[in-house]
Amino acid sequence: MAGKENMGPVPKGPGARGRGPRPKIENPGKLFKRIMKYVFKYYWFHCIIVFIGIIVSALAGAQGTMFTKSLIDDYIIPLTKAADPDFSGLLTKILQVAAFYGAGILGTFLYSRLMIYVTQGTLQKLRVEMFTKMESLPIKYFDTHAHGDIMSIYTNDIDTLRQMISQSIPQSISCLVTIASVFIYMVILSIPLTIITLLMIGVSFYATKKLAGLSGSYFLAQQKDIGKVNGYIEEMMEGQKVIKVFCHEEESKEEFNKLNDQLFESADNANKFANILMPVNAQLGNISYVLCAIAGGFLALNGVNGFTVGSLVSFLTFNKSFSMPINQISQQLNAVVMALAGADRVFKLIDEKPETDDGYVELVNAKEDGKGGITESEARTGMWAWKHYHKDSDTTTYVKMQGDLVFDHVDFGYNDDKIILHDIEIYAKPGQKIAFVGATGAGKTTITNLINRFYDIQDGKIRYDGININKIKKKDLRQSLGIVLQDTHLFTGTVMENIRYGKLDATDEEVMEAAKLANAHSFIKRLPDGYNTMLTGDGANLSQGQRQLLAIARAAVADPPALILDEATSSIDTRTEKLVQKGMDRLMRGRTTFVIAHRLSTVRNSDCIMVLEQGHIIERGTHDELIEKQGKYYQLYTGKLGSGIAG
Amino acid sequence: MLKTLAAHIKEFKKDSLLTPVFMILEVIMETIIPLMMASIIDDGVEAGNMNHIYFMGSLMVVTAFISLWAGVMGGKYGARASTGFARNLRKAMYENIQTFSFSNIDKFSTSGLVTRLTTDVMNIQNAYQMILRMCMRAPASLICAMAMSFYVNARVALIYLGAVFILGIILCIIIKFTMKYFKQVFKKYDALNESVQENVSAIRVVKAYSREEFEKSKFMTASGNIYNMFIKAEKLIALNGPVMQLAVYSCILLISWIGAKMIVGSSMTTGELSQLLTYCMNILMSLMMLSMIFVMITMSMASAERIAEVIEEKADIINPENPVMHVPDGRIKFEHASFSYKSDAETPVLKNINISIEQGQMIGVIGGTGSAKSSLVNLISRLYDVSDGKVMVGGIDVRDYDIETLRNEVSVVLQKNVLFSGTILDNLRWGDADATEEECIHACKLACADEFINKMPDGYNTYIEQGGTNVSGGQKQRLCIARALIKKPKVLILDDSTSAVDTATDSKIRKAFAEEIPGTTKIIIAQRISSIKDCDKIIVMEDGAVDGFGTHEELLESNEIYRDVYESQMSGSGDFDE
Repeated sequence: MAGKENMGPVPKGPGARGRGPRPKIENPGKLFKRIMKYVFKYYWFHCIIVFIGIIVSALAGAQGTMFTKSLIDDYIIPLTKAADPDFSGLLTKILQVAAFYGAGILGTFLYSRLMIYVTQGTLQKLRVEMFTKMESLPIKYFDTHAHGDIMSIYTNDIDTLRQMISQSIPQSISCLVTIASVFIYMVILSIPLTIITLLMIGVSFYATKKLAGLSGSYFLAQQKDIGKVNGYIEEMMEGQKVIKVFCHEEESKEEFNKLNDQLFESADNANKFANILMPVNAQLGNISYVLCAIAGGFLALNGVNGFTVGSLVSFLTFNKSFSMPINQISQQLNAVVMALAGADRVFKLIDEKPETDDGYVELVNAKEDGKGGITESEARTGMWAWKHYHKDSDTTTYVKMQGDLVFDHVDFGYNDDKIILHDIEIYAKPGQKIAFVGATGAGKTTITNLINRFYDIQDGKIRYDGININKIKKKDLRQSLGIVLQDTHLFTGTVMENIRYGKLDATDEEVMEAAKLANAHSFIKRLPDGYNTMLTGDGANLSQGQRQLLAIARAAVADPPALILDEATSSIDTRTEKLVQKGMDRLMRGRTTFVIAHRLSTVRNSDCIMVLEQGHIIERGTHDELIEKQGKYYQLYTGKLGSGIAG
Repeated sequence: MLKTLAAHIKEFKKDSLLTPVFMILEVIMETIIPLMMASIIDDGVEAGNMNHIYFMGSLMVVTAFISLWAGVMGGKYGARASTGFARNLRKAMYENIQTFSFSNIDKFSTSGLVTRLTTDVMNIQNAYQMILRMCMRAPASLICAMAMSFYVNARVALIYLGAVFILGIILCIIIKFTMKYFKQVFKKYDALNESVQENVSAIRVVKAYSREEFEKSKFMTASGNIYNMFIKAEKLIALNGPVMQLAVYSCILLISWIGAKMIVGSSMTTGELSQLLTYCMNILMSLMMLSMIFVMITMSMASAERIAEVIEEKADIINPENPVMHVPDGRIKFEHASFSYKSDAETPVLKNINISIEQGQMIGVIGGTGSAKSSLVNLISRLYDVSDGKVMVGGIDVRDYDIETLRNEVSVVLQKNVLFSGTILDNLRWGDADATEEECIHACKLACADEFINKMPDGYNTYIEQGGTNVSGGQKQRLCIARALIKKPKVLILDDSTSAVDTATDSKIRKAFAEEIPGTTKIIIAQRISSIKDCDKIIVMEDGAVDGFGTHEELLESNEIYRDVYESQMSGSGDFDE
């Protein structure tokens, strides 16, 4: 579950974005609407200006095409016939067109400029919304989704959305405007020629569909082969040292070459068909031009319906500028479909149900009220209390936080139909140390996950100082519990910042004090920049043992009333552990502590040791009691089969 | 660097050369087509010559088909050349990686190698295809269209030349600044993704400390920074469109004005005018295309560099010239051996090690984290080379052996071990491809793996998932030991290989070793005293030096560190692993 390091974006074949097989989405229309709504919500004003800009820009382009016709028909031909040509009319016309062009350029400038804000702003809002939602999700989400998949929402899916918002949509609008205006002009000029043009567009569509279908199946094959090759590469690179130790280089090369050749073949085919599409469409466009020229020439020469040479010339120009935007739209359509698939995943994340928190009991600073009771305090007193508001009697009571934890007949399963912890009963008095031992998978870590409500129980009750933990605000509950996990995770930042994670307003002195307690101070001092050493890549430059020491320091600085230590010292060698142990003992003094460990030295002096097997507590008691019993604990402890139990 | 990559085009040179040839042919055809169109208008429509229209029309259809053929062939060869190039690059990297020593692998890191083999190669494949198909096409189209313009009307063509010049300069400036911004953006972007990744994998820590709000504000700042940077960079890019339009529109208007005058003055025809307008688009579009290609190439440079690094990396452990092909026995000797991972390190990891181990002995190694236990044993099978002194196996310097011979006789079970996807038998046979099933079962019995394998539904044919995720840590370790045993080595090294195995099984394995393979020299690194206290001799490591070497009793007597560890563990003897 430690999250693979390498989560590079899924490689896309050339053209994979435009012409790959279309992924299936359930309700594309609804999704599209939702994206648009999202964009409009924050940027409605921008969008309107952008829309106007696009239309002005497209119309300016179209009027330019019209100008060619009128240039020849209305100016050049009459002028050539005139005895004394007067160019002032043409000049006025050109200036007029220039003004339109100017408006077009201004439109283009405005819309491309504003589009940046719309696109980047929307993405920024989406990213923040996704992250905010992600932070609020229950642990279950992270345990049931591959980390690589979550990551790719932030990278690949957001990227396809960017493409769609910034390019596909404006371009499609622009193309549609062009197509519409050109189409109108074409119809005005000549209906028969328009029909020929449309027929050829139909042929081009048909060819595109055929080719896309063909390349689609090859793209699928390519995608599959990429998956295979990448999978193999990951596995082999992970095991590269083992390959060396076993001199397995040749075998590994052989298999790789086989897969690599396969990928070459399918990639070659997929790309070939994708590459063919463009020339086919372009030449079909040219043929359409020839057909129109022939038919138009026939019409013009016979003077059908007043069809003139000038009309033909401009129709031919239109013919060209008609097929181009249509091809563009068909390409953009594919990009939109890809983006919708990405948007689907983005919105799925945003729509995930957050961790519910019906708790209302808060953790507050407390002080003695002088009357034997306690009351809330503004300042930090070192004494904490649960502020419990009772709705029915409209009263607020304060319960001193002591760290009394009770598991009352608790059942738990990750799914309702598979209970993995059965009838767990634990009584931890304030300041006691409770240890869990047992084989991997016996449910030790699961129990600690229940205390801080990473998971909610199916049956039974967990009480903290007599309060059902379901009534306590999750934030406050978790703040009252310090936890050091089996897998240490550090954040990008300095050592100081990483320890301070436990208590954000801790002074440098407090941080160092905590580090000393955890016996981390001495190695931190020896780091190149001491406490200001930057940690990157989850603290990759530290040893596992050092990372655990930092995690302990982080818990120490938080100064919580109760502690959960899940294999917190497993990677620290026994000698160092002995040194840490002193600090740990100091840390644990007066705090309720739950310890999971496989080292006896960590467990031995516990007030109560629970032996877990397959989700049941099978033995409990102090070390001496359990040794005397000669049961499972004795067996684990001595490495011998106890004489008390069969065997 | 580019030379290194280009050397791997190999058998796809022909395709790589043909692609631009066909692309140029396509461009030439495309340049001729407007010529024919002009002729259709001038000599056909305006002259009222229907026959000419038919003639030119059919000629144009033929040209279109030639152009189509050229386009299709160019596409075909381009696909083959680029995907083939990618295949060769992957192959070259993969094969070179197979020669890497441990220190080469450490230098690149596993994830680094994976990225280079996957994402980076894909980037290069795309860029190469783009270069082959477009890089030739765009300039060719530019030149052809320009030449034709000059041919049609030199005066008008001069306008184009001017436009190209001005537009070119503006595009260059835009590219230069955007590249600068984009490089920064990508760095920030990587950092942002890293922080998401961190939050995904460390979500338990975030939640345990209720730091959701804190993380959110961190993310919002980072994301906000990216937003600002992107806006800055894209603002410049957004100038491309309007500038381009300005150039095109100005040209069209200028030509219309000049053209009209010329036509009236009978020095130009209407057909020529529309021809020139077509070329105008061609020229400026290709210029735009060129600037895009340039950006793309610059962006893929980083990938090219990273690939070249792997291909150019020289393995630092290679076979000697006349290698010794036989390991006589399992004696091991360290003579003044020192070692550091980096040649410029100030203090070496191992300092002046002198140890002598007899054939068939069982040797324990103990010491704190970072005391260089693993480094010590890694020298024996020459996974790393000493920086000073020497290590000998069977009385011969390990650097004189054929590497494969040495590693087959010195079998190491690594600390971070890996099982591969395949059946249990497949995995075991890594040790010896020809091992019979009986031999495999025997090895598993020695490693105490037999018991759990037999309980599995498919026994020895149970399929191990990638990374061995369907077996527990302890089971994995036992399988790895069995795999090493199948080699029937003269020296067997276990680097903390039973840490997840329970104490009872651990001692059973050691007992089996002592009884079944007495002739094999065994070196066992362990954290637990109980795992090594019965060894013939024990090495106590401290800070890269041997602090003590002797039997359990001797060390208890004489070695403070050993006594310390012993006491800290014996006060509560065992472990609670599974």
